[in-house]
Amino acid sequence: MIEDSPLPIVELRDVDKRYGDGPLILDKISFSAKRGDFITLIGPSGCGKSTILKLISGLNPISGGRIVVDGLEPSNAVEKLAFVFQEPTLLPWRTVAQNVEVPMQLHGADAKLRQEVVRKSLSLVGLGDRMDYYPRQLSGGQKMRVSIARALSVSPRILLLDEPFGALDEMTRDHLNEELLAIRQQLAWTAFFVTHSVAEAVFLSNRIIVLSANPGRVHSEVRVDFPYPRTEETRESAPFGKMVAEVSKILRSVERLH
Amino acid sequence: MSTKRKKASLALIARKLLPFATGVGMIFVWYGICMSLSADQRFLLPTPHEVARAFVEKGPALWGAALNTGGGALIGFGLAVALSFLFALVLSLSPLVRASFYPYLMILQMTPIIVIAPILILWVGPGLRSVVIITFLICFFPMVVNTTQGLISTDSNLVAFFKMCRASKVQTILFLRVPAALPYFFTGLRIAATLAPIGAIVGDYIAGNSAGGQGGLGFLTIIYSSQFQMGALFATAAVGCLLGFIFVMGVIALSWLALHKWHDSFSHGDT
Repeated sequence: MIEDSPLPIVELRDVDKRYGDGPLILDKISFSAKRGDFITLIGPSGCGKSTILKLISGLNPISGGRIVVDGLEPSNAVEKLAFVFQEPTLLPWRTVAQNVEVPMQLHGADAKLRQEVVRKSLSLVGLGDRMDYYPRQLSGGQKMRVSIARALSVSPRILLLDEPFGALDEMTRDHLNEELLAIRQQLAWTAFFVTHSVAEAVFLSNRIIVLSANPGRVHSEVRVDFPYPRTEETRESAPFGKMVAEVSKILRSVERLH
Repeated sequence: MSTKRKKASLALIARKLLPFATGVGMIFVWYGICMSLSADQRFLLPTPHEVARAFVEKGPALWGAALNTGGGALIGFGLAVALSFLFALVLSLSPLVRASFYPYLMILQMTPIIVIAPILILWVGPGLRSVVIITFLICFFPMVVNTTQGLISTDSNLVAFFKMCRASKVQTILFLRVPAALPYFFTGLRIAATLAPIGAIVGDYIAGNSAGGQGGLGFLTIIYSSQFQMGALFATAAVGCLLGFIFVMGVIALSWLALHKWHDSFSHGDT
């Protein structure tokens, strides 16, 4: 019964955010995510997309309203969350395997378990044969994969991804998008994803939340109903192109507001 | 293709040979200057072979003095490394702590050693203890400054990641700030390694103890200069130079061990 409950796994209600006495960054943001949702936040720069992720993660406190993560305050829900940053944020002095085990090490997991999880996480992202490499020996895409493996190592229920593929070339980005969805097919987490790319948003998510800026507000929500698993064919299909055009139009209208 | 390779190997030989040739050339110039000096100025510059002879004649004295100076330098250097690291950890805690200590650290650095030395002699007596403290004082400052800089320059993205993992303060220092500071630490170490033998020789010169074979290179310098033994002075200078070289090579080897696998200051090894 409880399993089937429609209770959202993450809920934001009238969330405000300002830094100190500064201007309002986020104004009464409200939306909720059901288990298994892949929600992408898009909007003009300065709309506070990344800030929303930081608030959900509990990294920054909210200024008003309420956030509930799986029934808890964000700051108490650490074990349920993992964050993938814009940068790979790997420790250059540690090998790939040693990087993946950092969160577990910090939480005091024993070495044997760590080893096992590291191997599993790295093979999920296709880097099982790069365990002993140092970050500087990897390409940008590979570093990002390690960063994702590291996030997966703590078996999160919610994955927060802040423009993780923004710095990569388009081919690599498309490829990693497909891989990310493939991994989600195996481990069912709920995802919040921030990007500037409409195509990436449409490809990945079942819900796109469009934000307007100054201060950040929820402008509208677009549902993307293409069935998962999505593949290269999805991206090449006509409905996909139509959807991208539609979302781009909304985004342009939002940007024209300023 | 083969001419290209020939050219490349020639360039390689030239590069190996040139420093050697330069050295030989300089010895010739040295002889030239010696011969051009008038008879009453001859004592000012010993010829290379006179320096070599001094090396052999004063060998045991130089060796003993080098050991004393090297030992003092090593102890002072080691103390400076250990204490500067701890002090840098404290300084890295907050800008407030840094602001309250930095002015006095600067004052300590600005105070001429030559003035401190007599005070030290009165406090701890001449000899090894004074030499060690003077070396320590010279090495401490660059070590503290560099290590502190390293500890507070951690990539803010990495700090955010550790915060996200709810790492404790101790974990953040141990697993993030200290390893991230290593390249800076070794920069400080390299500076201190060049200063340590100089500090020990200066310390020995002003606060050394001549009794019972405790004298170092500084003490020998006093003796030889008072006796106008120019060849022996040159030999002493060469030993001091060698000592500095050993220190720096040691530190370079250490930093290679600690950094070559991951840090960009060492070139990319293909795997």
